[in-house]
Amino acid sequence: MAIELLMPALSPTMEEGTLAKWLVKEGDTISSGDIIAEIETDKATMEFEAVDEGIMGKILVAEGTEGVKVNEAIAIMVDEGEDASNLSASAPAAAAPVEAAPVATAAPAVAAAPAPAPAPTPVEPDYPEGTELKSTTVREALRDAMSEEMRRDENVFLMGEEVAEYQGAYKISQGMLDEFGAKRVIDTPITEHGFAGIATGASFGGLRPIVEFMTFNFAMQAIDHLINSAAKTLYMSGGQMGAPMVFRGANGAAARVGAQHSQCYAAWYMQVPGLKVVMPYSAADAKGLMKTAIRDDNPVIFLENEIMYGKSFDVPVMDDFTIPFGKAKIERAGDDVTIVSFGIGVGYALEAAEKLAEEGIAAEVINLRTLRPMDTETVLASVRKTNRCVTVEEGWPQGSVGGYVSNVIMQEAFDYLDAPVINCTGKDVPMPYAANLEKHALITIDEIVDAVKSVTYR
Amino acid sequence: MAPKKTTANTASKANVSKDELLTYYKDMLLIRRFEEKAGQLYGMGLIGGFCHLYIGQEAVVVGLEAATKEGDKRITSYRDHGHMLACGMDPNGVMAELTGREGGYSKGKGGSMHMFSKEKHFYGGHGIVGAQVPLGAGLAFSDKYKGNDNVTFAYFGDGAANQGQVYETYNMAQLWDLPVIFVIENNQYAMGTSVQRSTKSPSLWERGAAYGIAGEEVDGMDVLAVKEASEKAVAHCRAGKGPYILEVKTYRYRGHSMSDPAKYRSREEVQKMREERDPIEAIRSLLLTGNHATEDDLKAIDKEIKTVVNASAEFAKESPEPALEELWTDIYA
Repeated sequence: MAIELLMPALSPTMEEGTLAKWLVKEGDTISSGDIIAEIETDKATMEFEAVDEGIMGKILVAEGTEGVKVNEAIAIMVDEGEDASNLSASAPAAAAPVEAAPVATAAPAVAAAPAPAPAPTPVEPDYPEGTELKSTTVREALRDAMSEEMRRDENVFLMGEEVAEYQGAYKISQGMLDEFGAKRVIDTPITEHGFAGIATGASFGGLRPIVEFMTFNFAMQAIDHLINSAAKTLYMSGGQMGAPMVFRGANGAAARVGAQHSQCYAAWYMQVPGLKVVMPYSAADAKGLMKTAIRDDNPVIFLENEIMYGKSFDVPVMDDFTIPFGKAKIERAGDDVTIVSFGIGVGYALEAAEKLAEEGIAAEVINLRTLRPMDTETVLASVRKTNRCVTVEEGWPQGSVGGYVSNVIMQEAFDYLDAPVINCTGKDVPMPYAANLEKHALITIDEIVDAVKSVTYR
Repeated sequence: MAPKKTTANTASKANVSKDELLTYYKDMLLIRRFEEKAGQLYGMGLIGGFCHLYIGQEAVVVGLEAATKEGDKRITSYRDHGHMLACGMDPNGVMAELTGREGGYSKGKGGSMHMFSKEKHFYGGHGIVGAQVPLGAGLAFSDKYKGNDNVTFAYFGDGAANQGQVYETYNMAQLWDLPVIFVIENNQYAMGTSVQRSTKSPSLWERGAAYGIAGEEVDGMDVLAVKEASEKAVAHCRAGKGPYILEVKTYRYRGHSMSDPAKYRSREEVQKMREERDPIEAIRSLLLTGNHATEDDLKAIDKEIKTVVNASAEFAKESPEPALEELWTDIYA
């Protein structure tokens, strides 16, 4: 009985990978537990073990093949005596035992097709027209930004769990240890409270630390230092000393990692005076905003997203590309409704805008980029034009970013509104593990489309 | 590493000069009189909120500061007035911060628990018990990173010694050889809870052994013993040997804060400490018995200090409240 070997998913967000090396050849006898191949994910090279016993019948995907989709058949194993010569793979998708997580399938469409915008694009571009662009992943953009700033300023250093020798738990700091050495790329023990405090103290002492939290879920162990020590010291010292530093890491839901690893902290940190809060969407955002964050003399909370790390976007090729804080980006212009979002939500908003365009509704999509300071002027100007607004975020509804945006609109542009603002948020539940439940707990494109139809009375 | 206990309430007094004794006497007396005045002003309603007095613990900071040089840093908790005076901060600025006035070190925006001086390398003044310990190790990290030989004194109490972040910090400080002296000011009560009621192992400094950190216990009522221990710890850190722990056994005469009636200990216990172990009386007696000073000399010093303290109280009353615009400044750099 032939058994198909499928390309394994080796991380919560992996969608495809490289079949780096076969360690067996056709005809080899395989026992369960044997390492049969090496597979490169976006984060690491992993060993692929055989589960079943048998003989390697046919290798379907040659070593060195890139972009092998998860669940695609890569080889066929047969029993002894079975003829392998006529084997071929069955339809790849049908073989998939588990459908990839909903967010993971929703997002790439956005990255692949960045809004074939019919309407005119941004008012103030982030870089001069005609600048050379290079396709870059969010992961690379973050690393490039940190490396550029570390070359520029000796006092900048990176500290966190697995940032150095392991090259980053999510491979953000890949290559940085080699370039900057162990003095400036520092592996910490698993001790968030302690190293967040040490880094904050180092910033009081005149350094400019970048602290990586493997994810912001773990920053809750350290949140006292982020708020009481880093954010408040400038004020409490009457301006004598503050904390010029960046706290960064993956925030929000990844895919199928459950309640304790899937939470958006945007609204929490956004509330604190003394902090600046950044949540990039694209690789260009990630690079330009990270460089600004490192140069800022205040503590900056930089909220990344694991699902976005592997997405590619155009990034301008410039000696020094920065994006100022407090400047939202109009990702897509439109006259009928304003969709306000930030981070991964921008991708959903753009996808919804695309669907809405097919139905004749022109949505203007605003990417806030920084939540504190927040560019409410751009939001208000848009709402005064469209008279309708929907906000989109993955965080919880009560005390949400969208709730704040709605409040500002109500106070500043009440007379312009033709419909109540709708906040599309994650559901008011801890994140479930089950694939179907998780899908429903997060924002869906349909929910955004429905919300827009509701505020436009369609 | 091999930790050892110092029972040095009779430190090498023979080596102490007259000038040194007089300096310690003055410095400790300034803290005591300043704190007494702060207590008065609190009673008059001129100081608000929490106010934690240092009376009884003066020998700790004065002894530790005796071994410092320019560039060394210090950071502590909310019982911080003594530390600020001992590192040379202006009593006027400290007192005016207590009264919440423009002339205070933080322009009146920090208060008793949150005061800083970049000039004197005093990094607060922190209200969250234990938070100053990793922050202090971070200051030491910055000096090591820059490659100088400064050391940082991170002060905390017997109460904070049970916070988890202290031990996270011990581990990293030793792992990275940070030049930080962890000073446990064991005044025997974490607010109303005695060390015996909060801590199974009576010796707090010995916990450092689990991380390979050298340390010792010091008699915190004897400024000379504290100074000697401080010199040793400083030498250890400056030599690049990593952190050092000093558990300084001391005693606060007043309540935890101004609002603490201190019912958790007997009046006799406090009285006995004051009569038998007072750090200022001890030096006073050394000065007199060693014929380093006469009663009249000491009276003159008392008067001089009283003048400084009274002036700080006047300044703190006269200094205007911060302008309302100050509400909106210093939030972002």
